[in-house]
Amino acid sequence: MKADSPTKEALNKSASGMRRKAHGAQKTRHNMGLGESSSTAQRSDSPAQPFKQCFPKAKSLMSIPTGADRSRQAFLSRSTLITSVVLVIGMAAVVILNALPASSPLHVSAATVALLGKYFTYMLLALAVDLIWGYLGILSLGHGAFFALGGYAMGLYLTAQNAPLQGWQAPLEFFPVAALAIVLTPGLLALVFGWLAFRSRVTGVYFSIITQALTFALMLAFNRNEMGMGGSTGLTRFYELLGFSLASDGMTVALFIASGVAVLLAFWLCRMITVSRLGRVCVATRDAEARVRFLGYRVDHVKLALFVVSAMIAGIAGALYVPQVGIINPSTFAPLFSIEVVVWVALGGRATLYGALLGALVVNYLKTLLTGAVPDAWLFILGGLFVLVTMALPQGIAGLLAQRRRRREVSA
Amino acid sequence: MTSMVMDKGPRLYRRSIAILLACLLTACGVCVGQNAMAAIDEPEARALLEALDTNDFQAKGEAAQAIAESSAEQKTRWLQALLDGRLGKQRRGENFYIVTDDSGREWPIIDAITFEDAGTGSRRTLDIFRINNNLRGQLQGLIASLTLSDGDEASRLAAAQRLVGEVDAASVDSVRANRDQEESPTVRHQLDVALALYAVEQGDAEALETLRGNLDTRVRNTLADIAAGDSALAARAQSVLDGIESKRAWYDRAQTLFFGLSAGSILVLAAIGLAITFGVMGVINMAHGELIMIGAYTTWLIQQALPGQPGLALLLSIPGGFLVAAAFGVVIERTVIRFLKGRPLETLLATFGLSLILQQLVRTLFSPLNRRVTSPDWLQGAWQINEALSLTLNRLGVLIFCLAVFAALWALMRYTRLGLEVRAVTQNRAMARAMGVRATRVDMLTFGLGAGVAGLAGVALSQLTNVGPNLGQGYIVDSFLVVVFGGVGNLWGTLVAGMSLGVINQILQPWVGAVLAKILVLIGVILFIQKRPQGIFAPKGRVS
Amino acid sequence: MSVKTNDRLERLREFTRPDRVFDFLVPVQSPVDVRHGPILYLEDVSVSFDGFQAIDRLNLTIDDGELRCIIGPNGAGKTTMMDIITGKTRPDSGQVWFGSRHDLLTLDEPQIANLGIGRKFQKPTVFEALDVTENLELAMAGDRRVWRTLLARLDHEGRSRIDEVLETIGLGDERHRLAGVLSHGQKQWLEIGMLLMQRPRLLLVDEPVAGMTEPEMQRTAELLTRLAGQQSVVVVEHDMGFVRSIARTVTVLHQGSVLAEGSMDEVASDPQVVEVYLGGEEEAA
Repeated sequence: MKADSPTKEALNKSASGMRRKAHGAQKTRHNMGLGESSSTAQRSDSPAQPFKQCFPKAKSLMSIPTGADRSRQAFLSRSTLITSVVLVIGMAAVVILNALPASSPLHVSAATVALLGKYFTYMLLALAVDLIWGYLGILSLGHGAFFALGGYAMGLYLTAQNAPLQGWQAPLEFFPVAALAIVLTPGLLALVFGWLAFRSRVTGVYFSIITQALTFALMLAFNRNEMGMGGSTGLTRFYELLGFSLASDGMTVALFIASGVAVLLAFWLCRMITVSRLGRVCVATRDAEARVRFLGYRVDHVKLALFVVSAMIAGIAGALYVPQVGIINPSTFAPLFSIEVVVWVALGGRATLYGALLGALVVNYLKTLLTGAVPDAWLFILGGLFVLVTMALPQGIAGLLAQRRRRREVSA
Repeated sequence: MTSMVMDKGPRLYRRSIAILLACLLTACGVCVGQNAMAAIDEPEARALLEALDTNDFQAKGEAAQAIAESSAEQKTRWLQALLDGRLGKQRRGENFYIVTDDSGREWPIIDAITFEDAGTGSRRTLDIFRINNNLRGQLQGLIASLTLSDGDEASRLAAAQRLVGEVDAASVDSVRANRDQEESPTVRHQLDVALALYAVEQGDAEALETLRGNLDTRVRNTLADIAAGDSALAARAQSVLDGIESKRAWYDRAQTLFFGLSAGSILVLAAIGLAITFGVMGVINMAHGELIMIGAYTTWLIQQALPGQPGLALLLSIPGGFLVAAAFGVVIERTVIRFLKGRPLETLLATFGLSLILQQLVRTLFSPLNRRVTSPDWLQGAWQINEALSLTLNRLGVLIFCLAVFAALWALMRYTRLGLEVRAVTQNRAMARAMGVRATRVDMLTFGLGAGVAGLAGVALSQLTNVGPNLGQGYIVDSFLVVVFGGVGNLWGTLVAGMSLGVINQILQPWVGAVLAKILVLIGVILFIQKRPQGIFAPKGRVS
Repeated sequence: MSVKTNDRLERLREFTRPDRVFDFLVPVQSPVDVRHGPILYLEDVSVSFDGFQAIDRLNLTIDDGELRCIIGPNGAGKTTMMDIITGKTRPDSGQVWFGSRHDLLTLDEPQIANLGIGRKFQKPTVFEALDVTENLELAMAGDRRVWRTLLARLDHEGRSRIDEVLETIGLGDERHRLAGVLSHGQKQWLEIGMLLMQRPRLLLVDEPVAGMTEPEMQRTAELLTRLAGQQSVVVVEHDMGFVRSIARTVTVLHQGSVLAEGSMDEVASDPQVVEVYLGGEEEAA
């Protein structure tokens, strides 16, 4: 597949490394499969020919090798396809295995399904972080705040099923209102915060620290009982969602499927954004912000738009997380959680969407395993992961995979 | 240091005229001669205390009176214990005990006569002598007059302070007598105030002048009552009151300023190391908070090694904390940060990972629980400047320490070769390197220096709070805000920013509470960035 | 709004004319009002950084269609002047007008860029993680709003323009290589190509020939002279030979203000100029 975008995006930073890798990418492009060889051949000699011969009108737009076309194909690139298929098959398998009788050795218990559902929401959150960090270079250390806000909106709705809410929270009793709140609350916060920050060109570590301060401030605020959010205990004791009992196995599976579908949709949405011209403006902004501004693009608007979209995805993730876990409390606002999300993305491979999904899954599976087995060691391992990923694996697992594939293609 | 005594002041209540009169007159008269008397023996003491073991408050009052008149050395302490509800008799025995700490279920107790340690007691083994309000008033009077004529200057002053607002027709003469005998001018002045307040209550306009500018709450309350009334004095009382109020407000502001500055000096100490590393190397060290924690734990460890000598331990901790934290800093720089040059976001993540590891390391090596570092005597208590203004010594110490560290750093940057090289690297790394500055060595030393200063911040913090694995965590965001606020790499800016954030926070806190104050400060900083994005967030100059 | 519609209509009209092959050479009808002569007008502009007077009461007028070279020793304020024109730096005092309608001091960088002022940086700045075509595509004139950018597709017209420019800058073979792997000279060309794609009314070109070979320099000179006339070009350059080969009017900056202005020969014979700049240059050479 030519111009497999993750492959390509994995290539940046170190200049010497880039040269070598870019040649690899070039190879990839020349090795691409059916239907494109003709255009490649044409392209190689095109400068010598008048351009009108170069691009006969009869040819379909798809085959003309310019940036936009490559990107249109990239939407259905190998990684996108594989990721989508794996997600769908994985979901189907879990649902089928869950339906097996409990005596069967292959049976997946409802508890496991709920756990996997939780992983899905984490994957969604990782996507949100990767969208702005990987492609736009905005490292948010406060994305947990948007996740938690979505979660609290859902939590209030669930609480309202037990007893009516008071005051301004009352409308959240209705699911459509709650659904709006789930998306709009994080979106609005991101809008205001991002507008302030991006307008004054707060970038890099400054932005990171300020987002961390934001989530820290929210944690303090939600710990106060006056907020009407359950203080430090948070919201818990949920029984019903949309009239169905949350305790039932059917509900667990339904929530699992909903989370999986959300991941799939968000993945496609992010994919669509990153392969569009806007996505390229993003990458350009990440690498040379001032230059983009001098081209006439409103960098602050681009950043704001993606930041808001990302916050909304995070909010949805939070809303799906709450009914599956059964509690939401201010610790979700803790800076540590937000920064953990970053390490998921970093381990998986930033600037590759499937890397973010993979990273979230791997780290959280590790966490489930290790906090049970050796609870004291978990922080050592997490801390070690931070150091390891930044020093030894800057491209993450996705980078490793891409490297292996290139090597295989070169040798083939 | 008088504050320790002063703490008991507020417990004072109105008491009955007659009893106070009796107490003061008799007690003073008797006590003057008592100084020369020999201590009483144990059976006598026991008999005095035995008299308290009655349910009749009248009789108990007489027994207390008897104690006050006796020549027992321990009498002040007995009366105080009785007043505090800590004097009791063994339920199945004849011994009397004083409870030294009644916070738990099992109380540590001492023998009331010998003051020797007597193990523990509880509600079930001890009968605490009860008192009522009347008796409480009597006891306070007894204690006040005992100390007024008997104690050293500090306790006489405290007793005199307690008399303010408590003088009445019956006791006024004895207070006057005491005043005339008093040698210390401060105590005499305090007694004058007490007498003047009584005189004003009686309608004496001239006495108001003595009260002008007096900061005592009771003086103010009394004057407010008079000013609100319609007596002939109302107008004059009001003017005196206004003077007092404005003076108090001024001192209140000074107090807020002091608290703000001391909170700010912690911020400055925490931030200044960050300012150095960030300014010179462009590195956000998220493990900075943990370096502070390491400094604090070093203090704790040194104190554990030198039991009973908190002063010496603290002095040793200053170089100790610096060196240990600096060593950690150098190791971090050599093993991690060096390899992430020019990638600030990655450095941020890696150092955050290190902070997790360091936290967990401390948790595993020591314990997840908080440790208490005892402050040396000279950092305990407060410097009571007057009724409205007292400076806690540990905070004052931190403030001075911060300024000293700042001065030292400033001198280091200004006058040493290292400082020159650091400044050169800050301004233009490539150029400095071309001039023969070994930038990597400068990086290492700078980072060590920044880490060492963080260690010093930890030493200072250990005097204010308990030492725990999470100690440093809360400081990283705050110190970064300070660095940003003051301008990156600017020592003076950091000082000013830290101090002003501390003061602003302190001013906001009483209005909106600590949480909202923090949020407001955060919003303030974001808005500040709006105002001055170029000066702080973007390198000034032209695009290349 | 009507201005924008007009602009689009005008562009559409241009696109539909089959006889125009090199349509980037065709002046764009932009809403810049140049009826009164100058396209760029700087008056009494001053700016200082931390006490250093980078620009000191600078007056400069660029006529529509003019090719102007600006020379001056290091620190004369050349790049700062460009920063001021493009909105990167705000002057402490003075006025900057684009045509007689647009006060540039009230606009920010994207707005100024969208008015039709393109800039090439001293150090070539291209988007290294994108390939050559994508770099050009991003620079292509068009609606730059977020939503439009998201939905934008490269149409036939756009592709032809990219190809033309690729041909002009001689990077046809490199069209799918990442910009990051190009040589310094190629990056210079790519950035010039991006300027062409922008179709600006006024080009600010900062040291275009640094790192170029002699034939490349000649091509650049040709390109710039060809552009002048339809578009206004301001070139800041150190290379005297290059300036001599293209310049009609040369402005000498010194310590933030104009020292001399005139033809190359006039300027070169000005004793002041010789003293502060050319003399030093010749000696060094």
